[in-house]
Amino acid sequence: MSDLTIVRGKQTAAQKILAFFGKGFVNFLLVFVAIFWLVPSVGLFISSLRTVGDSASTGWWTVFTTPAQLTVDNYVNLLSNTAITGSFWNTIMIAVPTTVLVVVIGALAGYAFAWLQFPGRDWLLIVVIVLLAVPIQVALIPLARMFGALGIFGSVLSVILFHIAFGLPFAIFLLRNFFMQVPAELLEAARIDGASDWRIFVQVILPLGGPAIASLAIFQFLWTWNDMLVALIFTNSGSQPLTVAIQSQLRQFGSNIDVLSSGAFLSMIVPLIVFFAFQRYFVQALLAGSQK
Amino acid sequence: MTQLVAPVANSPAGGDKRRPPHGSSRRRMFMIALGFLAPALVFLGALVLYPIVYTVVRSFFSAGGGEFVGWDNYVTMFTNDSTFTAIRNNVLWVLVAPAACTILGLIFAVLLEKIKWATAFKLIIFMPMAISMLAAGVIFRGMFQENPNLGVVNAALVTVNSAFGQDAAYPGAAGRDGLGLVQDRGVIASESTVESGSEQNFPLVGIRVDSVPAAAAQAEPAVNARAGQLVGTVWLDVVRGGGGTSGQIDDGKTGLPGILVDAVAADGTIAASATTDAAGRYVIDGLAEGAYRVALPAANFDEGYQGVSWLSSTFITGVIILSYIWIWAGFSMVMISSGLSAIDRSLQEAARMDGANEWNVFTRITAPLLSPVLIVVFVTLIINVLKIFDLVYVIPPGSAKPAANVIAVEMWTVSFGGGNNQGLGSALAILLLILVLPSMIINIRRFREERQQ
Repeated sequence: MSDLTIVRGKQTAAQKILAFFGKGFVNFLLVFVAIFWLVPSVGLFISSLRTVGDSASTGWWTVFTTPAQLTVDNYVNLLSNTAITGSFWNTIMIAVPTTVLVVVIGALAGYAFAWLQFPGRDWLLIVVIVLLAVPIQVALIPLARMFGALGIFGSVLSVILFHIAFGLPFAIFLLRNFFMQVPAELLEAARIDGASDWRIFVQVILPLGGPAIASLAIFQFLWTWNDMLVALIFTNSGSQPLTVAIQSQLRQFGSNIDVLSSGAFLSMIVPLIVFFAFQRYFVQALLAGSQK
Repeated sequence: MTQLVAPVANSPAGGDKRRPPHGSSRRRMFMIALGFLAPALVFLGALVLYPIVYTVVRSFFSAGGGEFVGWDNYVTMFTNDSTFTAIRNNVLWVLVAPAACTILGLIFAVLLEKIKWATAFKLIIFMPMAISMLAAGVIFRGMFQENPNLGVVNAALVTVNSAFGQDAAYPGAAGRDGLGLVQDRGVIASESTVESGSEQNFPLVGIRVDSVPAAAAQAEPAVNARAGQLVGTVWLDVVRGGGGTSGQIDDGKTGLPGILVDAVAADGTIAASATTDAAGRYVIDGLAEGAYRVALPAANFDEGYQGVSWLSSTFITGVIILSYIWIWAGFSMVMISSGLSAIDRSLQEAARMDGANEWNVFTRITAPLLSPVLIVVFVTLIINVLKIFDLVYVIPPGSAKPAANVIAVEMWTVSFGGGNNQGLGSALAILLLILVLPSMIINIRRFREERQQ
């Protein structure tokens, strides 16, 4: 008995030594990786605080030796640039309604798939799962034509409709999975009390599904906010969001690094705030598909 | 929206068991379900399903849509240079990016468990997932600029290179005017030929003081040439602080060491060469009788190592894939890390007690238990990579765009970006759809298996 204890004691001591060196190395390595991962964003942020002249002649890292070159001029100019402020507003006008509608429509359908019985339910669910992976490219040409015929091509509305349609499969699937975890007894109790499906949906499912809905909303918001391809095709200069407005500056990279860097950072601010404030929900949305 | 995660159904919960449908209530329930589903069905039917059918049909018609062309668009896709490059690049993307992201994510997730600041590390690596690919594209395009004064990557490379390599380069050098020197395509040479056994000096100007090496000493006149020799001095014909006579080796003028000097024979071949010493002197020995031109080859005056042309056709796809990894490694890390936390630790502990080392614990126990998560991550990334658009649209400058092309960008270019061929565009869209079909089938299989449990 005592032998065993001694052997065990030795093992732990050896492991401790190993663990100490191992941990030091791992810490060192991960600090290095973290710095490496931060350099791109930090570089962009510093670039956005330098004048065009400085950016054309020296790299952003020179601020560490000459901090005097930092200025907020680019942001002042950006905020008086109506093309950029207009597109910022357009981005909000696209992302907010899209998010609200995807959540509402997705929640309704998610409830039906989770708790209602109707013929063909499983087949319909399989269709939704298939649509999860459909590339948006298959809809670009027909929808450009359809929206043209409806007279809404080039408007904010056309982008919203497109994003809703392609956001729904994920929304339905995600919310169905979450709603199914609501205890069946709660629904039974409500039903015995004579509640209709609508009342159950509003008074039981929605309140209990709050975290799931938050996850979906944040995910959908970031997705729509960051989209470029759909907006590139379906908007014009009056309705374009930030991503499209900024990419149009790319043609002369270098000469307009001031607009590009500050514009790109402006487009990142809202997603970053949302991300840091609600990252728990965002991660949950990612995990929802794979793990409970 | 693209699929973000490959779906796994939750355990089949209550829904199935309740309210056995019978009689008249069946119809009512159907109507209720329809009420809840109607908005979604309208959107999915009109804006997703109908367009798929339309695009399939459209892909068999000509550019303008007026004429049925059969499989022509699909043949064009694989024979046209630019579409074929796109398909080939997509293959490269699928082979490299998902595996790289998954492996990095796995390494991060495993190492994370050993540090105290895991949450901060996760946030840093995961943060790029929140920003747009456009912003990421702007960032990477800036980082990989060719000019080492502007692009951080080349700046780092040049710094490392000049710390280890000896650069004896004198960029910007020129011969002093009116002293018998000519300059052609970077070569500085004597204007006329020189007989062997004589002297040829090179007073140079235009050299930055910081490119003169510390070893350089006061310039000295060459020792008298013997037969079969050409001698001379190469010096910086400037006295710091002013003064001195042009073309004269005055006090305060520095010799330029390490410069290669060639004796060029009448037929243009290099008869012999020498290198200048610290005082700038050279002695070319072993020359036959005759006239030579003495030349300082262009290599002496090169800019030296200036980094890599990252945004050129050769490297552009690699740079874009790097930017993709910067964004998506965080996704794979978060997914795998949450998979790790769900694993039963007692198995690993038991193996360690039995004397298994960390590597065996990982390969024999952790990795197999993680494999479902790894597959989900991998499949998700493949689907995502197939449709890659923004980064490839944003990062390459115009000259490198053809080399970086991928299917989604080609589809945009062909149908909206000036190609004006919506027949070919539709065929490319269908190609993308076909490429994601296997993962759709995997998704359905997984869903059915989960249901049957």
